[in-house]
Amino acid sequence: MSLTDQLAPEKMPGAGAVDADEARRQARMRRERIARWVLPAVMLLATLWLWDRIVVWNEIPHYILPGPDRVWASLTGDWDILFDAALLTGRITLMALALAVIGGAGLAILFNQSKMVELSLYPYAVILQVTPVVSIAPLIFIYVESKTAGMLLCAWIVAFFPVLSSTTLGLNSVDHNLRDLFRIYGASRWQKLWMLQLPSALPYFLGGLKIAGGLSLIGAVVAELVAGTGGVGAGLAARIQEAGYRLNIARMFAALSMIAAMGVFIFAALSLLSHLLLRKWHESALKREN
Amino acid sequence: MPLVPLSERPPVMELAGINKTFAGGVVALDEMSLAVNAGDFISLLGPSGCGKSTALRIMAGLTQPTAGKIDWPSGQKAGDLGVVFQEPTLMPWATVADNVFLPFRLRGKTYNSVKDEVLEALRLVGLEKFQKSYPRELSGGMKMRVSIARAMVTSPRLILMDEPFAALDEITRFKLNNDLLALKEKIGCTVVFVTHSVFESVFLSDRIVVMAARPGRVVREVTVDAPYPRTEEFRTSADYAAHCRAASDALHSAMEAA
Repeated sequence: MSLTDQLAPEKMPGAGAVDADEARRQARMRRERIARWVLPAVMLLATLWLWDRIVVWNEIPHYILPGPDRVWASLTGDWDILFDAALLTGRITLMALALAVIGGAGLAILFNQSKMVELSLYPYAVILQVTPVVSIAPLIFIYVESKTAGMLLCAWIVAFFPVLSSTTLGLNSVDHNLRDLFRIYGASRWQKLWMLQLPSALPYFLGGLKIAGGLSLIGAVVAELVAGTGGVGAGLAARIQEAGYRLNIARMFAALSMIAAMGVFIFAALSLLSHLLLRKWHESALKREN
Repeated sequence: MPLVPLSERPPVMELAGINKTFAGGVVALDEMSLAVNAGDFISLLGPSGCGKSTALRIMAGLTQPTAGKIDWPSGQKAGDLGVVFQEPTLMPWATVADNVFLPFRLRGKTYNSVKDEVLEALRLVGLEKFQKSYPRELSGGMKMRVSIARAMVTSPRLILMDEPFAALDEITRFKLNNDLLALKEKIGCTVVFVTHSVFESVFLSDRIVVMAARPGRVVREVTVDAPYPRTEEFRTSADYAAHCRAASDALHSAMEAA
């Protein structure tokens, strides 16, 4: 794609007369644009309707499966409790994500600068990653006094590895000729890191960040379940557990939908961030003409 | 600028008895000696495996020779060398102007202090309008021009080019050949140019160093005494054809001897 193509498509010869094939292509693109929003919405409404009908037709009692109307009533009726819980879970998630970014990217840079440090520590980062957090969490809550710190630690353990591994990959994926060029111009180690490796690693880092965003939420939820924070200061997962004990299934669904909404929000926010940082130069943000 | 006769040009860089043997025992370059003089346009011409790229890497200081020495008679400073690779090798996250600014930036200069040089270099390659564009918005030939602008922005004493036009289509390649010569006339730089194209080497250079493979070595030097400026007419002249034949013969006899 050359610049002239991009600047003046309307000045291209024959732009007024669109052939049949081109017209079909444009019509298809229009249809897809609309379908992108309409189809999922229709799908959602159909599912809700079917769910409601199944409950009514089979006369399922609400303590086994509540209909969507009851879930909605719980969502609005228990909003104060659920919203406080969401704030708590959200806070732990975001703090864990921030620590995962600092720890993951920091370790990646450290590993990149010193092969010896990488060789010493990397196996342990992998071990920490492959050991299921549910099995580490009970130990953490024995040794860590503060529940918040314990939950943060759990969520961090789950979330930091994708940032570490993708940033490491990115730091090592520098174009060889550019690396040579920096050497010829006598660049210092810091200039190379700052002006060459970090920008090269950015798309990889952002990919890892998107995964870490989802994982830190999972980590926070698992930590809450293990910590079993009852009563005041309980997060969404603890609310689900608590509602389960009381057979308040509607509230379980309501809390679950809020966790899902949080996950979607985190993913959307990180995708937007990634788009804003890469749209000017990276292939992934490139719009293709055909 | 008036062209100084070959024999009166002061040396810029001298290679003496350069040998490069890789760890596996493969001799990439054997006993290469070459004096690069100010204003030369030297082509290293040869088949793949003749060590021409290795020679260029040694000149750039990216590879240390196993034996022999490289000498810069009047000393070497940072920014004395400009390099153009086969790929444009631009930083995709930086604008065209920032890419050309890079050699200065690595020497701790601010953009404003060298803005004139950067814009002048872009003007010389005909891309001053694209200073704010990103590399992905440019065509292959335009990217290569940016790469050339970056190599010459510091007015280096020597520009090394490693098959810079090999990946371009022929029409673009001819255009860039012409532009490169016009550019050299204007700024009077010294160029060492690696290529495997006889036609390209004859069109561009006044000295062709013919190399052979296994082991990589210099077999002959062919002088192209056709005057500069060389234009499209030179490409179809009898003089050009004769020089191409001479270079081609030298290449063939080198390959048969191997």
